[in-house]
Amino acid sequence: MNRIIQKLQETDLSENKEKKLLSIYFTAGYPKPDDTFTIIQELEKNGVDMIEIGLPFSDPLADGPTIQESSTKALKSGMTTLKLFEQLKDIRKSVSIPLLIMGYFNPILQFGVEEFCKKCAETGIDGLIIPDLPVDIYTEKYKAIFEKYDLINVFLITPQTSEERIRFIDSVSNGFIYMVSSASVTGTTKGFGDETKAYFERISVMNLKNPQIIGFGISDKESFEQATEFAKGAIIGSAFIKHLTENETGKISAFVKGIRDI
Amino acid sequence: MTYQADEKGYYGDFGRAFIPEMLYPNVEKLRSKYLEIMKEASFRKEFDQLLKDYVGRPTPLYLAERLSEKYKTKIYLKREDLCHTGAHKINNTIGQILVAKRLGKNRVIAETGAGQHGVATATVCALMGIECVVYMGEVDIARQAPNVARMKLLGATVIPAKSGSKTLKDATNEAIRDWINNPVNTHYIIGSVVGPHPYPDMVARFQSVISEEVKTQLKEKEGRENPDYVVACVGGGSNAAGIYFHYLDNPEVGIIAVEAAGKGIFTGESAATSALGKEGIIHGSKTLLMQTADGQITEPYSISAGLDYPGIGPMHANLFRTGRAEFISVTDDAAMKAGQELARLEGIIPAIESAHALAIFKDRKFKEDEVVVVNLSGRGDKDLSTYIDYFNL
Ligand SMILES: Cc1ncc(COP(=O)(O)O)c(C=O)c1O
Repeated sequence: MNRIIQKLQETDLSENKEKKLLSIYFTAGYPKPDDTFTIIQELEKNGVDMIEIGLPFSDPLADGPTIQESSTKALKSGMTTLKLFEQLKDIRKSVSIPLLIMGYFNPILQFGVEEFCKKCAETGIDGLIIPDLPVDIYTEKYKAIFEKYDLINVFLITPQTSEERIRFIDSVSNGFIYMVSSASVTGTTKGFGDETKAYFERISVMNLKNPQIIGFGISDKESFEQATEFAKGAIIGSAFIKHLTENETGKISAFVKGIRDI
Repeated sequence: MTYQADEKGYYGDFGRAFIPEMLYPNVEKLRSKYLEIMKEASFRKEFDQLLKDYVGRPTPLYLAERLSEKYKTKIYLKREDLCHTGAHKINNTIGQILVAKRLGKNRVIAETGAGQHGVATATVCALMGIECVVYMGEVDIARQAPNVARMKLLGATVIPAKSGSKTLKDATNEAIRDWINNPVNTHYIIGSVVGPHPYPDMVARFQSVISEEVKTQLKEKEGRENPDYVVACVGGGSNAAGIYFHYLDNPEVGIIAVEAAGKGIFTGESAATSALGKEGIIHGSKTLLMQTADGQITEPYSISAGLDYPGIGPMHANLFRTGRAEFISVTDDAAMKAGQELARLEGIIPAIESAHALAIFKDRKFKEDEVVVVNLSGRGDKDLSTYIDYFNL
């Protein structure tokens, strides 16, 4: 079974009902080209539930300065798609939590969509998040390929997404829905106001088939707790990149414990 | 077979909207409304009136006799340089500001390279009393200083784009991020036939007034609506789309697209997308773009800020792929010399972008009785400092 599905099912068991999932995003090849493997191992060791490995891109439209800079730096030090797969070659010998790749569509297109999916399957990647591959084009052209390799494609919703479209996205999703916390690129908000909480609540009472995991603007224990009050889990990206900028691969344990002390 | 966009926004294999979900509500609203809005009688009336009384249309179709004599063919110049604000860009911004008003937006953002689109956007925002924010690469801010001052004088806020090559591509990224951050009150006026559907088609339709006028004007002057060729420079491709528009599906009219070769196509400092590009996604559109084998977008180069872009609009990618258009690339040097030549033979100082289109006559020969219409997309005032440096004036 796909590890994402398995993880979500585990948390549905009654003894785990209250557990909220912590997912961490980082840019592959940052701060150093060969840190990818170490960072993943450290995150799992410290109890993180799921990891999103960022495939660096020259023009990340939906990202704020923190993730932009980490991508630029990773690319400058020679990161490529092929290199990422090489770094991850033996990852499943030691890591068992769900791993997703989050990246923009152009590098995947150049790699070859089918070839990319095949490599993901061989490596043990469970899902993909591709912000600029919209759900309509995905279902028309690429869904069959993703499914052939048992990859879950995760879609985003935002505070502006209409109820009708949320229902549509829910119907074609499998795994979870990535709920963008507010109208913003990554890394910009600090804490959540009433409007954001109302949006979280509005979605939580829609009784969607797929659980929601909230991302964008989650930076600390407080915002993690606020977000997960209404959702299955939350994703931290820019705040972790900042941690890596300051500490390299050190003190990952302290960072994770600072968010969720289990 | 048509070279226009289909209803999904495809030009052949190119186009469509590859956008993050954050942009979907705005882009979708625009897509579902733009044709309807453009058909409204009140819209047409306001648009036509402004083009006439404010922009100064129709722009002349001028027979450049001395240039024609030199190159032994009949060269007409479509004088978009005489538009208010100095380039064709304002045809589109007038159209889009009227759309923005009908969509109930009270804030407008734009990207700009040469600053012509930024000025044209700041101008229509001043005209309508709408807040205006323009993103411009730091490199371009330095080389197009007069246009930065014009935008500020018109009341716009100019925000420098400091990432990547600090030119048009990066300014566009910043504008898109702004739109993600301001999804409710803001309209994004894209300045060329690039970006997600419906932008390429909408911008092409607003610029199509250029070829609409050429048809009538040429009929008067030559007794026929169709020239043998239409020629334009291609940055993103909006002035080109405008002069091609009514001829796209007419095989009697040859289409010539001129790209910036920079210091030479294979020098690593070039913006000749058709020669160097591969199919991919840039700014929400599937098109040809300059990129590494790994799919990272590469940094282009041209002396002309308006052509310094690593992609071309999906319409042009399709014109290239199908062979409908002939693509020619022109170096910095050739363009600068063609600019000087037009100044000396015809008393017209062209924008360096437009000078690229004029530079083809040295090598591309036409028959003596052929009629070639070149889109003179803008005037050279903004480029004076580049001309001064280049020619030691
Ligand atoms: C005078 C002029 N011509 C051409 C261009 C290139 O744009 P496009 O290819 O969209 O016409 C610009 C862009 O700034 C311009 O200012």
